[in-house]
Amino acid sequence: MTKETQRQSEAGVPVAFVRREDAPLLPPPPSQAGLVGWLYKNIFASMSDFGSIGAAVKSVLMAGLTVILLYFLATQFYGLLDFALFSAVWSDPDGVKREACWTVEQGGALPAGWHAACWPYIAAKAKFIFYGAYPEDQLWRVNFAYVVGAVMLVWVMIERLPYRKPVGLLLLTAYPVLATVLLTGGGFGLSATTVGIYTILGLAAITFGRLGKLGRITGPLADLAQIAGVAGWVLIFLAAILVLVGVDFNLPAVDTRDWGGLLITLVVAITGIVASLPLGIVLALGRRSEMPVARFLSTVFIEFWRGVPLITVLFMASVMLPLFMPEGVNFDMLLRALIGVTLFSAAYMAEVVRGGLQAIDKGQYEGADAVGLSYWQSMRLVILPQALTHVIPGIVNTFIGLFKDTALVSIVGIFDLLGAAQSTLADPAWSTPVQGITGYLVVGMLFFIFCFGMSRYSMYMERKLSRGHKR
Amino acid sequence: MAQAQQKTDRQADDATVVSMTGVNKWFGQFHVLRDINLTVQKGERIVICGPSGSGKSTLIRCLNRLERHQDGEIRVHGIELNNDVKNIEEIRREVGMVFQHFNLFPHLSILENCMLAPVWVRKMPKAEAEEIAMHFLDRVKIPEQAHKYPGQLSGGQQQRVAIARALCMQPQLMLFDEPTSALDPEMIKEVLDTMVELAESGMTMLCVTHEMGFARKVANRVIFMDEGQIVEQNEPEAFFNNPQSDRTKLFLSQILGH
Repeated sequence: MTKETQRQSEAGVPVAFVRREDAPLLPPPPSQAGLVGWLYKNIFASMSDFGSIGAAVKSVLMAGLTVILLYFLATQFYGLLDFALFSAVWSDPDGVKREACWTVEQGGALPAGWHAACWPYIAAKAKFIFYGAYPEDQLWRVNFAYVVGAVMLVWVMIERLPYRKPVGLLLLTAYPVLATVLLTGGGFGLSATTVGIYTILGLAAITFGRLGKLGRITGPLADLAQIAGVAGWVLIFLAAILVLVGVDFNLPAVDTRDWGGLLITLVVAITGIVASLPLGIVLALGRRSEMPVARFLSTVFIEFWRGVPLITVLFMASVMLPLFMPEGVNFDMLLRALIGVTLFSAAYMAEVVRGGLQAIDKGQYEGADAVGLSYWQSMRLVILPQALTHVIPGIVNTFIGLFKDTALVSIVGIFDLLGAAQSTLADPAWSTPVQGITGYLVVGMLFFIFCFGMSRYSMYMERKLSRGHKR
Repeated sequence: MAQAQQKTDRQADDATVVSMTGVNKWFGQFHVLRDINLTVQKGERIVICGPSGSGKSTLIRCLNRLERHQDGEIRVHGIELNNDVKNIEEIRREVGMVFQHFNLFPHLSILENCMLAPVWVRKMPKAEAEEIAMHFLDRVKIPEQAHKYPGQLSGGQQQRVAIARALCMQPQLMLFDEPTSALDPEMIKEVLDTMVELAESGMTMLCVTHEMGFARKVANRVIFMDEGQIVEQNEPEAFFNNPQSDRTKLFLSQILGH
């Protein structure tokens, strides 16, 4: 005992203390580390307290519940595997179609009570489920577009590869044009006047923007000049697209009415996803703008599209819109659905992004202002990178919702993945009791693969982006 | 006051960095700044103090348009601060600001924080911006932290980065809005040392702070504000030893009392 600790206050509590030696650094107890720690934390945490009778009863109950749930999960999972793999019919060597999946009672060869997937049916219908009525000899165009898109996407997603930025830029600009030409066949006929008008307008807008930048334009027009530069490039880009899809590449045209299945689902979902994010960001910024007109227009747009069910939007696009069009003007049904889906999800996206913008501390806006960044610079370099990182879960939520909502286009006569699969059910040549279950299993699994992929990638992005700047 | 008026009416000479004439500002019904007249010469170091809510932060925030004044005239480097975005951006390029809560950009590394404005606002080549950033990080004595993120630094280090970030734009005027109020006591000194060094290099500085030791040491002028008005201003010695107004005396007795 040191002198200091012997001195005690009136209540008998020592008031002074001096540490002469450091307390030893000890390894954590087994419940905190290693395998035991993992098991304790993840499995036994709720059932290892036997401190009192009540706690012991609870522990035993929890253990029982765990066993029951595990048993339930195991049997269900085995049931699924059994249906899809172990007991399934894999081939139809004799070409007897539905009879290959019939039990003895139904007149086939399989044992009574058999209930599992009938894969020959899917194999026979695979082309329709994946591509719809797209001409068989032209399928290479779709596959080529898939491969190019997949390669570019993977390239952008893998961080170690070089030239990721230019590839990403091509993916967003050149690839859509390439895919359009490949899928439709291009050759829409080239209206030289339209292209000319777009080009001239674009060049004029760019010049106007340049003049604004040089300070030749003052007053209220100066703000307009800032936007004109960007708008000009968009017009030039549109003109280039018109030229490209206008040129006849000697590919047979494939009407979008012949597209179907997974192809439609991917076209609608990817277009919607890619177009709705930038549109949503612009709308969110507009809604928080200090300019009353921009704020009003953005708010009206968002509230309108959020207030209408997607089914109504699609019906409007397919039934009502042609009524307002002048005679002879008719634009593609798929294009109308695409625009409807995009605007619809842009409204949701805008609200997600607005949530992110509101979470950003006012000091960040002030810090960006104080170093002299312009509005667009501070948004692009300071505010949006942070705001979008905060709302990745919400953004991906909207993406996944959009992906699954594409199934709704089947009600206006576009055969998406679900619609195409459903229509194959009507084929009596494959009519068996397991036909529907097999078909829906495939559709469900395809949807799950894409949605789960998006979910995992978003979690990876979240971890990656939060690594650097944990607060 | 009439003299100050006369001076700003003439076209501001080169030595005048800031001139505020008859500036008034309201937050809704609340009159936060009342008839502010202030001229700052090049190289002056001014400390603004006063009770909380007296409008001292608002005053310096008006100088780079983080707050908008409703009445009167503010000129920074002879450029009038009005609704013209061009003027505002020009002024912000020349005026650096350091905030109470640092306001560093958490998604960018220290070096990127310092390079951002030179590259995007001054259109400087990246290599040159990096050189300048490293120079100023060296001056605030944390070059070794350049590749870390703000969240990995202590408060004092973050505030020194914030000072370096503002200096990278090579401003003519530095505004400090309570730069040490959010810091732990042991970190205040490192930030004040940086500010003293900056003052000794001849930078024009306007500091809102309660660090009276700093005011005595480096200020040319101490301004006391209360209820949105400039109540008293004087050289630090005279201000602290011989305050004229009762409100100043009360304030000084409260903050120097113990």
